[in-house]
Amino acid sequence: MRAAVVVFPGSNCDRDLAVALEAAGADVTMVWHKDTGLPDGVDIVGVPGGFSFGDYLRCGAIAANSPICQAVKAHAERGGYAFGICNGFQVLTETGILPGVLLRNAGLKYICKSVGLNVQSTQMIFTEGYSTGDVIDIPIAHHDGNYFADETTLDRLEGDDRVVFTYTENPNGSQRDIAGIVSDNRRVLGMMPHPERASDSGHGGKDGQAFFRAIVGQLTAA
Amino acid sequence: MKATVHVMLKTGVLDPQGEAVRHALGAMGFEGVNGVRQGKVIELDLAEGTSEADVAAMCEKLLANTVIESYRVELG
Repeated sequence: MRAAVVVFPGSNCDRDLAVALEAAGADVTMVWHKDTGLPDGVDIVGVPGGFSFGDYLRCGAIAANSPICQAVKAHAERGGYAFGICNGFQVLTETGILPGVLLRNAGLKYICKSVGLNVQSTQMIFTEGYSTGDVIDIPIAHHDGNYFADETTLDRLEGDDRVVFTYTENPNGSQRDIAGIVSDNRRVLGMMPHPERASDSGHGGKDGQAFFRAIVGQLTAA
Repeated sequence: MKATVHVMLKTGVLDPQGEAVRHALGAMGFEGVNGVRQGKVIELDLAEGTSEADVAAMCEKLLANTVIESYRVELG
């Protein structure tokens, strides 16, 4: 199973993401923001956390217009699998692949701590290793994680079972406690919490391991 | 030629930074500040002949996120 991890100037979770995917059994290739295409045969693209392009203008806005993101967008439009964590989620909303936007945290503070997440949907490769209703502990580390979309979009996300994770205690003001969502074809996921930071016993928690194992297991079987 | 782009959060989108500024003004003793909205001003130095449509395209594609922001362009 081949995965690509995108690297922007200012990405800082790219190697952690690669380690988590490799530990789950993926063959990982790093791709640079100036690359105009993805490596041949890539099954899934991971967009990592960090501060791409210094978060200038808006988080993810400049990254979303980089050459590699045009390739990621084309990959997603062809029905390819992709996911974005933290800044990667912001990038995917800025590309328009996922709806909504991540605003400044309601409390204005950067928050770095482990939070409880309710697993709301398992009807996708990403959460196949969990059960609906599970509560998992995953770290967040963001200043702009306050999910916002208009009421119609929020109703549609909930109605179509596209809210993947919600916070047990909303830390940032996100509409409807949303921590992660999936695209309408259920193949592109965005989430603010960092499963790659809870994937090894050395991390102090392993609740994120099932996320990567499910991705690799599902795409290897497919 | 110059263009100035004003980007503001749309009505109904919570502006926590504006709210913090409003609270600070109240705490400083300025009364009657009912609301504060914070936005961005972007100055563009453009080649002569750049059209207003070009600037609008820049706003739509990069300078503003129209999910949450509105923009206004002043040319000249």
